[in-house]
Amino acid sequence: MTHNGHMPCRELVELVTDYFEDRLAPTDRARFEQHIGECGYCGTYLEQMRQTVRVLGRLPEESLSPEARDALLTAFRGWRRSRL
Amino acid sequence: MLQRSARGVTAGTAPSAGDEALARALSAGDEERFAHVVDAWSPAILALALARLRDREAAQEVVQQTWLEVLRGIERFEGRSSLRTWVLGIALNVARERSRAAARSVPFSEMGPVVGDGGVLPEDRFEPAGHPHAPHHWAIGPTRWPSAEDELLSGETRRVILDAVAALPARQREVITLRDILGCSAGEACTALGLSDANQRVLLHRARTRVRLALEGYFGATEPT
Repeated sequence: MTHNGHMPCRELVELVTDYFEDRLAPTDRARFEQHIGECGYCGTYLEQMRQTVRVLGRLPEESLSPEARDALLTAFRGWRRSRL
Repeated sequence: MLQRSARGVTAGTAPSAGDEALARALSAGDEERFAHVVDAWSPAILALALARLRDREAAQEVVQQTWLEVLRGIERFEGRSSLRTWVLGIALNVARERSRAAARSVPFSEMGPVVGDGGVLPEDRFEPAGHPHAPHHWAIGPTRWPSAEDELLSGETRRVILDAVAALPARQREVITLRDILGCSAGEACTALGLSDANQRVLLHRARTRVRLALEGYFGATEPT
């Protein structure tokens, strides 16, 4: 879907992930960046998608419970013995 | 000099070797290596399990079962993907089987086509095609969020994000968990999920759009243009 003209806001919001992943055709990339330079709302939108990705990457990790870990190591020893 | 090489030897016992060597060590019963990968990769397996099963206990069981299947199948690891990707693929299958068994059937949300409907932003956010000056321009535009990263990472904001992720269709939830929460590459996510690159991006984009929308609702940040 490559056009040479102006990129409308409605189209831009659908292309943000492709833009982040560097999967836009050069002409679309140029239209995307030109639009961002001219449209404050889309600039805000793009920044918010960036923030969303960043915050998702900083959610705390949950770990395996110590009991489950011990049970796994015990199972590992049993598995090892069964193969001897 | 001596000390340095001694430290080098110690560091060498950590799994820095290639994936095939690691697989061989596991296969040979190296418990230290096994404990290391269990500690390193179980949080990712747990997150993936939670993408399918809301029950924390069931998710912990998925982690257990995944590692047992990894041991059972380790001889079959061929090094075509990284060992971590291979393990995550097994985890996805274990979690899916379990959620299917729990639901007794595949939910409809999983059966629809990956690509199909339009965007996920509400239609009324944009001016209609026939608008005299600004067709397809924002009708209700986004406004800035609190700029302090602290506020974006507050407990309440996290809750909003976690709820938004939990409300996503299962496949979107898996993709956003792998890509954004766990930081996997596009290639790793595609291999683990058996998706094409294009479909992976469509699912990821929808998921991100929905999570952003939830944050926007929480911050009350929109305005008529």
